[in-house]
Amino acid sequence: MNFSEVFKQSNQLCKVSPDGKYLATCVQYRLVVRDVSTLQILQLYTCLDQISHMDWSSDSLFILCAMYKRGLVQVWSLEQPDWHCKIDEGSIGLVSSRWSPDGRHILNTTEFHLRVTVWSLCTKAVSYIKYPKACQKGIDFSRDGCYMALAERRDCKDYVSVFVCDDWHLLRHFETETQDLAGLEWSPNGCVLAVWDSCLEYKVLLYSLDGRLLSAYSAYEWSLGVKSVTWSPNSQFLAIGSYDEKVRILNHITWKKITQFEHPSSINNTKAVVYKEVEKRTAVGSDDLSLHITIGTALYNTRSKYEICPSPVQIPVVKPDPDRANPKIGVSSLAFSSDSRYLATKNDNMASVVWVWDMQKMSLVAVLEQTSAVRCFQWDPCRPRLALCTGNTTLYLWSPAGCVSVQVPTEGGFQVQSLNWHRSGDSLMLLGKEQLCLCYMDTDQEDNIREFTATK
Amino acid sequence: MSKTSYCAYLTGFISPEVKDTCSSSVECRSPPLIQFSQSSVPLHRNYILSTFCTEHNVQECLSHINQEVSSLGLPPVWTESSGSSEMNVMAVLNCMYDLIQLHHRGLRTLENMEVEQLKSSSNVDHLQRTSTQLKEQLELSKRGNTGLLERERQLHLKVKSLQNCLKNEKDEVQKLQNIIASRASQYNHEMKRKEREFTKLKERLNQLLVDKKEKKQAIDVLNNIGRADGKRSLWKTQKTEAKHEGEMYKTLLSDYDTRQREMLLENAELKKVLQQIKKEMVSILSLRKPIRKDDKHPDAGIQADSEDEEQVFDSSKESVGLFSVHAREKLTNSIRLQWRRLKSHVERLDSQASLAQMGENKTDDAISRETHEEEMDRLKLEIQPCKDFIQTQQQLLQQQLSSPCDEETTSLLSNCYMLQERERFREEWKTLEKQRNLFERERRNCTEAAIRLSHERKAFEDDRAVWLKHQFLNLSPFADLRKPQMSKSKSCFLISETESSASSAPEKLIKCRSDTTSPTPRCVPLTSASTADMHRTVCLVPEKRYVVFICTNHDMPVTNAALVVCYELFMLIFYFQINQTKWKD
Repeated sequence: MNFSEVFKQSNQLCKVSPDGKYLATCVQYRLVVRDVSTLQILQLYTCLDQISHMDWSSDSLFILCAMYKRGLVQVWSLEQPDWHCKIDEGSIGLVSSRWSPDGRHILNTTEFHLRVTVWSLCTKAVSYIKYPKACQKGIDFSRDGCYMALAERRDCKDYVSVFVCDDWHLLRHFETETQDLAGLEWSPNGCVLAVWDSCLEYKVLLYSLDGRLLSAYSAYEWSLGVKSVTWSPNSQFLAIGSYDEKVRILNHITWKKITQFEHPSSINNTKAVVYKEVEKRTAVGSDDLSLHITIGTALYNTRSKYEICPSPVQIPVVKPDPDRANPKIGVSSLAFSSDSRYLATKNDNMASVVWVWDMQKMSLVAVLEQTSAVRCFQWDPCRPRLALCTGNTTLYLWSPAGCVSVQVPTEGGFQVQSLNWHRSGDSLMLLGKEQLCLCYMDTDQEDNIREFTATK
Repeated sequence: MSKTSYCAYLTGFISPEVKDTCSSSVECRSPPLIQFSQSSVPLHRNYILSTFCTEHNVQECLSHINQEVSSLGLPPVWTESSGSSEMNVMAVLNCMYDLIQLHHRGLRTLENMEVEQLKSSSNVDHLQRTSTQLKEQLELSKRGNTGLLERERQLHLKVKSLQNCLKNEKDEVQKLQNIIASRASQYNHEMKRKEREFTKLKERLNQLLVDKKEKKQAIDVLNNIGRADGKRSLWKTQKTEAKHEGEMYKTLLSDYDTRQREMLLENAELKKVLQQIKKEMVSILSLRKPIRKDDKHPDAGIQADSEDEEQVFDSSKESVGLFSVHAREKLTNSIRLQWRRLKSHVERLDSQASLAQMGENKTDDAISRETHEEEMDRLKLEIQPCKDFIQTQQQLLQQQLSSPCDEETTSLLSNCYMLQERERFREEWKTLEKQRNLFERERRNCTEAAIRLSHERKAFEDDRAVWLKHQFLNLSPFADLRKPQMSKSKSCFLISETESSASSAPEKLIKCRSDTTSPTPRCVPLTSASTADMHRTVCLVPEKRYVVFICTNHDMPVTNAALVVCYELFMLIFYFQINQTKWKD
């Protein structure tokens, strides 16, 4: 595994273009575009203010930089560096800006969710969509970029509008059976729309593309409900994480529950492997002095490694404060591996633990117990390989073959706050507080991991 | 209350007249009574005997006794009427006798009375005791009763209070629920109101912001860019709407289509599995058929029939089965049937096996046990030497540990050295072998080169013959001019060539001699190269014509004879070289 040198960034605004060739990073009010392979600066753009949001267009030709405080959006072209576009939302304000899937329209959500403004870069035309709902996930585009589902609120009722992204034609508009819609998400094949209610009520509704209600699912009543929803990449499973610390898996044929994954505080499952991160303070020994010199900050660095714990394992649980809103309990993060074979979950009152479930056997495969709370985890887009970080200087990887922790060898203690896989799965972008670093996977990574497990 | 004090209390309570005599126990109550009655009589008697009659008062006594006797209804002892002072002895005696009789009777009755009294007193005692006991019991039970009653009352109270509490709680719950419901409705109402207000405000804000002149929304683009798909955007018409609808349904349909296809595939797979299961079942069942026919089982014939029928059906079905409903049904039915048969068969086998086990328990078991035992014996025998071996090993190890410098270890060490030596020899052998192989290869190369050389020589000889012939034929000065020129050029070049090779040859020779141990194969390719060059020259490579011209321009008188000499010289050198290579080999 190799690491690039460290680059500056701000607000963790770093994105690799969808075609995987360019890396855009924001440093204060500057936008820097680099070649991913050489890391040479290709373009440098200067925006009018500090950038608060940045995104690539789907064709990797344009970059959008939003400055929410100023209500401004600036668009830059990679092919024509002198081409520029500035969208001023004026005094109406701006809270969110995003590309349409065709990369030729920009959707701006104004302050107070007054409306969504659709700006066309082709014709300068502007259109408005009124009554967008301010919620967890109110807009979702289908994977093929054809349709956009938008949550709306009119007359104290929830509605969903389905637009054709091609010409913003309203295809369907229907009322949903929710008290207070919290989010919606298209299935990856774009045929089913999952809609869920706010946490006060456990309710997940499944609508067909044409607005028919396919199914409604509710696991229980009265107590706090849905916390997170995710589709599997093959659209066969819908995973619902809830405040009762369980994940329920619905199937795509009957939309009934297939199974539920519980997150108990003591693991008795003998089939699951429990990896526990153990930190060791490294003494400055003569044998690995050279390594220390390269690391530089090794004096106070801790080296961590995984140990396999035998079966009955007690997991540290933090009891949430019952008097506070949005209690820190329940499954908040769910992610399927790219082949839909594995599901990784995180339960908020066991913040230092990531659970990996096998979707073929419908059982727990691995539990990664970290020493500190897990900040972010993401699956390799090509292989069943999970990368996670906990806000320290170590990068952790899990694959069915085993588990490794890798120290990021940079000076000044690069603390990994977030990570992003490159679309090829060969490299990984690590984001610190003010820095970023690329991590290149060895192509024979699997062998390394196998070696690692063998040494165990 | 202790028993003794209790008894004392009782006695004191019931018979206070005997209180002073009775000390502590109930048992010693009756004896004092007896004492009392017995002692009173002799005291009285003594008193009478001592003081009643003296010599002086005989008369008085007589009269007194007379009175007494008469009062008792006895005939008088002395009658005054008779006038004599002397007593009638007979009468006195009679009287005495009567008195004694009376006394005896009296005593007897007294005794009886006393016994009677004792009896009754003890009786009374007993009764009193029992009565007191009963009274105690009564008291106790009464007390218990009151206690229980109290408790019951308390419990009743408690129940009542709890019921009250429950009622209160229920009321409270109801009230709270009502409150919650009312609040929820109020809240919902309020929220709706707020939301409406909010939307109104939004509308208003929107309006205001849109109307606002100074800071309007704006887009500033350098130049418009084309659509990603390169097409122009279309007007919104009925047609586009219909197209969108159509596309939507198309995607939906394709999704359903793929799903159906997947299911079809899955179904086909499952059916295949079913077929296979069925086939295997049939094969299993057909295997056991002959046995059953031997057994003359009643349904064997039927089964065979059905199987035959199924077989026919099976062969025809294969492809149809996947799609025809009837075929499917038939398949499942047949599988069910087969399965039932198999199950019954297995069950029968099971029962048979158990029966057989029961029946032939002894013989079977005996045999098996024998074999087992044999096996065990054999294994034990095998174990013994292994154990011995292990033991000796352990012994040796211990010996080695205890005395590291004894003979055995030295022998072992020497063995080790021998081994090492052998290893080294083997390695040497290997290197030698390798060298030998190398030599072999080189020799082969050399021989090959020699063969090639000889071939080339032959070719050269032929060429020479031809050339000589030509030369001979062209000896006349009037021959064609071009041919000598050609030959001239060739020979000219040849000289230079041979010169160079000649100069290089001795050098090579020296080199070869200097390191005789490892003859380098370098000279072989060199010679071959030179021969190749020669060959080239012999074959009259046209590019060498240039050299020829130079030679002719220098008008050197190169005669044919000189050429021949040169050629001979060259040949000599050539032979020399060949010999050299041969010698080297």
